[in-house]
Amino acid sequence: MKARVTVMPKNGVLDPQGKAIEHALGTLGFATVGEVRTGKIIELELAETDPDKARAQAEEMARKLLANTVIESFRVELA
Amino acid sequence: MNAVILLFPGTNRERDMAIALHKATGKKPTILFHQETSLPAGTDLVVLPGGFSHGDYLRCGAMAARSPIMPAVAEFAAKGGHILGVCNGFQILTEAGLLPGALLRNAGLRFLSMDCHLRVETSDSPFTSRWQKGEVYRAPMAHGDGNFFCDDETLARLNGEARVAFRYVDASGAATPEANRNGARENIAGILSENRRILGMMPHPEDLVDPLMGGTDGLPLFESIAGVLAAA
Repeated sequence: MKARVTVMPKNGVLDPQGKAIEHALGTLGFATVGEVRTGKIIELELAETDPDKARAQAEEMARKLLANTVIESFRVELA
Repeated sequence: MNAVILLFPGTNRERDMAIALHKATGKKPTILFHQETSLPAGTDLVVLPGGFSHGDYLRCGAMAARSPIMPAVAEFAAKGGHILGVCNGFQILTEAGLLPGALLRNAGLRFLSMDCHLRVETSDSPFTSRWQKGEVYRAPMAHGDGNFFCDDETLARLNGEARVAFRYVDASGAATPEANRNGARENIAGILSENRRILGMMPHPEDLVDPLMGGTDGLPLFESIAGVLAAA
């Protein structure tokens, strides 16, 4: 079973890369773009076949390593 | 004093650190690889030097903080051991939960390689006792992710317990926005743990410990800790 972990900077945490992209989009003429935020997506191939257990495993991995919960939030999706 | 410098894949400042520690203590530190699972008997100080451990993959210091040696470092800390983390070492200590907060990408996105001025915010620590509170010294910095971040509650605790060790200031000692090049909260350059025995900082005091390096501004830090641990 595949799990997809999306990691994003928490609200209120400065995201200078998002800001830089936002400015570049403005320079390209995309005048309607508001705030841009960047994060990362981590895909995991799990041996687990039970969706609840797979989700719990992925969430534990996210808390222990994939995200730094001081500055980032995460979301797990199963596929 | 027996100092141990941890070496992770991608660490590159361990020799500078060894020179500074040797100079202050008269004893060569041990360099220990990250795959070890215990510290040498009689270790007084553990040092995490600068570099780009594991290529800064995932987040700076994230991989190194989960290295085989780190449970032994956490145990050393829990027993009241002294730990110094500089640059990537500071990032690793926050990732390992041994210091609060996190180091974000520099606010201007640029890698900053230059000298900066630091103001000593407390002389009440084993790393800063040879300075007076308010003294300003020069230190080189070289980092892409030195933007110290923590939530408001943590910030209030750090300030309230006088656990901010150093702030970025201008040459006259003023903590201006211009002096805060990486965008750190309240110009914070270095912080102490609750028991004041763990110091993490972004700039490199180990690179100014000899007139041949262009100055000895960073030497008091190493003399402070050497003095405290000499009896140990």
